[in-house]
Amino acid sequence: MKLTRRNLLITSSAGMAALAMGSLPAFASLTDDEIAKITGGAELGEGAITLDAPEIAENGNTVPIGVSAPGAVSIVLFADGNPVPNVATFKFGPLSGSRTASTRIRLARTQNVIAIAEMEDGSFQKASANIKVTIGGCGG
Amino acid sequence: MASGVKPRVKVPKTASAGETIEIKTLISHTMESGQRKDSDGNVIPRSIINRFTAEFNGQNVIDVTLEPAISTNPYFQFEAIVPETGEFLFKWYDDDGSVYEETKAVTVS
Amino acid sequence: MRRKDRMRNQVALGLAISALAFGASAEPDDDRLVVNGEIEMVTETAAPEHMEGVKTIYSGWRFRSDETQAFQIDDFDNPSMIWVETAQEVWETPEGAADKSCSSCHEGVESMAGIKAVYPKWSDAAGKVVTLEQQVNNCREERMEAEAWKYDGGDMTNMIALLASVSRGMPVNVAIDGPAQSTWEQGKDIYYTRFGQLEMSCANCHEDNYGNMIRADHLSQGQINGFPTYRLKNTKLNAVHARFKGCVRDTRAETFKPGSPEFVALELYVASRGNGLSVEGPSVRN
Repeated sequence: MKLTRRNLLITSSAGMAALAMGSLPAFASLTDDEIAKITGGAELGEGAITLDAPEIAENGNTVPIGVSAPGAVSIVLFADGNPVPNVATFKFGPLSGSRTASTRIRLARTQNVIAIAEMEDGSFQKASANIKVTIGGCGG
Repeated sequence: MASGVKPRVKVPKTASAGETIEIKTLISHTMESGQRKDSDGNVIPRSIINRFTAEFNGQNVIDVTLEPAISTNPYFQFEAIVPETGEFLFKWYDDDGSVYEETKAVTVS
Repeated sequence: MRRKDRMRNQVALGLAISALAFGASAEPDDDRLVVNGEIEMVTETAAPEHMEGVKTIYSGWRFRSDETQAFQIDDFDNPSMIWVETAQEVWETPEGAADKSCSSCHEGVESMAGIKAVYPKWSDAAGKVVTLEQQVNNCREERMEAEAWKYDGGDMTNMIALLASVSRGMPVNVAIDGPAQSTWEQGKDIYYTRFGQLEMSCANCHEDNYGNMIRADHLSQGQINGFPTYRLKNTKLNAVHARFKGCVRDTRAETFKPGSPEFVALELYVASRGNGLSVEGPSVRN
């Protein structure tokens, strides 16, 4: 076994990974369009959402994701490298115990998962996490 | 109704009034994304659970819209407030029109 | 805390990659597995005496990332349990001309605790080493007068997952001597034989290179104490012979069939390499 291109990609800095992602502007703008549909172009604050995601997913078919945004009315999840960026929308009802939810999602490749929260005062918050998606050793 | 669909829910049996409890849900479902092709090259049509709701004594806890990016056997974990003795009702809505339901009683002591 | 976990993952991966470059071996992680806060699993122990090339044996759980490991810590987070519950219903449902269920003879499935830990094992009645799957089908055909299940089909794998679940935490302890010895030796031969166009044996990966990265995957010792296993890859329960088949196919060889004498022998041998680890099935792997 040798140091393969994939291993190099993994060892490279986050910046390198971001650079690799830079060749896919179409997906990114698709996500921006979807976000604009929710926010109507309003400014996105940061810092109120905690996005819990693995840095490296052992398999893109089942990636555990947790999101928490105290004071949120709803949280929408996007994956900007998937064929369709929308992942899920959580709307919290009167008996919600916290503005927290966890689920398991599919990621087609290494990409960003983005959470947009609509807050009680009508403002919007954003958080994102880059998740590196690996595949098995020999496909078995 | 899609075959082999089976829900599973974890809710504490008892709680104190007003307590926040953790709920976990799982349902066996293929969540066919509509992105895959069969061996003849034809697109396999999308067939997913597109909505999940949880309510307690008729009041909503969480209402989730699911897209094809949710993994096979959809799993959710969230928290609910239990104001009094009553019953949780969980519903999963299938693309094919089926609705799968599960209930769990909670006793407030 | 989460950030720290990630850092540790990063460090582990970095170590594994440098191990590749320098040919050294990277250790599995040092996490402890306690399921449901009560079933303490042995995921590391001294290798059984018959193993020459390996001093310490590790469960495959120890080679997985923290996120994958977490799936197995709580039975609710482990998707396998849906099919364990399905099999529990089947256990109590009469079927076949004799109108018997599993529970007609065996009562509650808890009575089967410890069974998974000692299979495959020699059967006097069959005059050969049999797997738990073969024993289940024997019950179905002889006692229930029902049709045999497909060896690695869903019904069978669910039932094996149920039987494994009641043995969780007990040490794997398959017998390799006495009448089982020749089958065990056949299995050992297969384990060390290079197959396929890639000319790879089980040992090339799972004895010589465990702990190293095979592309982006952290290679385990190929232990089977966690089978059946729910894989994140195909989001279903996987039977052990189906996994063997996948590995042999990946060497670009014609594979043996699930339930074949060759895979029965290999299962006995590979199970014996895990003697002392806990029964973990149904486990969760990538």
